[in-house]
Parts: sequence; structure tokens; C-alpha cells
Amino acid sequence: MNQYDVAALNLPIRSDEDVVRLRQSVREQMIGAGFSLIDQTKMITAASELARNTLRYGGGGEAHLHKLQNGLRRGIGLTFVDHGPGIPDIAQALADGYSTGGGMGLGLSGAKRLADEFDIESAPGQGTTVKISKWKPF
Amino acid sequence: MERIPILKMGDLLLVTIQVDMHDRLAMTLQDDLTARIVKDRARGVLIDISALDIVDSFIGRMISNTAAMARVLDARTVLVGMQPAVAITLVELGLTLHGVRTALNVEQGVKLLQRPE
Repeated sequence: MNQYDVAALNLPIRSDEDVVRLRQSVREQMIGAGFSLIDQTKMITAASELARNTLRYGGGGEAHLHKLQNGLRRGIGLTFVDHGPGIPDIAQALADGYSTGGGMGLGLSGAKRLADEFDIESAPGQGTTVKISKWKPF
Repeated sequence: MERIPILKMGDLLLVTIQVDMHDRLAMTLQDDLTARIVKDRARGVLIDISALDIVDSFIGRMISNTAAMARVLDARTVLVGMQPAVAITLVELGLTLHGVRTALNVEQGVKLLQRPE
């Protein structure tokens, strides 16, 4: 079981500028947690993809940034929540190259590859919640 | 409105992206660059991303599209200065910068553009 740090950050995703601010917050947290530059870059890029999805497809929402601990292992978790139309076919949305927006269709699938853990919950009319986490190697 | 400056060097255009780009800024840059290729009769475009900490799929698409538009306008595009961590992340993300040539730095990029195809 992961213990979530009480001092989690809640960040709104309502505009392009919010996406930039979110990337900066993720960077600060990753640096603070002592992640390598490569792990920082992967997590920030994944966060950027998911934040864009929240904004474009979910009509905005918010991101929760929290520290993770599992025994001696430490990590950073990010949860994106929107109350938009939801994803009717998650398997299709996770396929490379599938895009309903202007992207390259790598948003979800790319974020999944860049993170250590990936979880998505969505239903039509229910909005979408995507969780990713990155663990520090021992 | 916020804009990324485009410098003219002979018949080349140089863009050094030094801010954390949001999507609207990326689209504005794509439009500005295409317009400047025509206005300045540029034969080559150098996009320097050495100051960029991340390239996500949207920025990647902007770079690919800009290169494709430049190509139609008879200009070549070279992307320079990609950081190693960005390159590793791009590959894992699954992004291929289709039709974009790359060089390690501006100097190498200029050399590449001056060579006949």
C-alpha cells in the first residue's frame, strides 16, 4: 500500500499556462526527491501529455501531485482528474497513433511508457482519472 | 502577445527557443516561421532547442509540421541542440520527428544546411 503524503499539491489545469506551471511544479518535486535528469524529463513529459489531454478532451480539470512511499522506496505520483465527456473505448485511446485532437496520438500511450505505473478510469459522461507514478531506483 | 524571436543569418533563419513553450506559443512560432521563410526568402531554418528541457508530442508535431511547410517553400530545416535526456524521452515516447534533420549544435547545423543536398 502506498502512503500518500499529506502535503500533496493540487494544481488547476484550465489554460495552456497552467500546463507550463504544472510542468515546473513536477520538475521541482522531482528534483527535490532526488530523481535523475532522465527520470525528471520522462515524468515531466508524461505530465505534459496528460495535462494537455485534461485540458483539450476533459475541458479542464486538476492535477494532484503527491509523494509516494512503499517501504523504503520513494516516488512521485500524479493524478489527473477531469469531469469531461470521458473515454468510450480506453483500449482504442491507448493505441499508438489514435487521436481525436490535433496531436500525434501519443498522449496516453506515450505517458504510459514514460511512467513506471499507469492507471486510467473513465466512462462516458463520468469524466476521466489518470494516475501515473515514478519510483526512485534504489 | 508573447513571441519567440526569429533571427536572420544570411539566407538562413535561426530560432532559439528559450522559454518553456505552451501550445499556443508553439502554433504562433510555426506560423511566424513559415511567413518569415517567404518574406526573407530563406533557404534554411535552424531550430535550436538546447534550452528546452522537454519536447512532448505537441512540440514534436509543431517541429515536424514546420519542417514540412518549409520543405514546400523550398527551405530545409535542421533541429539542433537536443539534450540527451530529451532524446531518450522522445524515443521512449514513440515520437519520430518525421522529415526533420538534426545536428548536435548550431555550427554543425549551419554546415549541414550549406552542403548541397
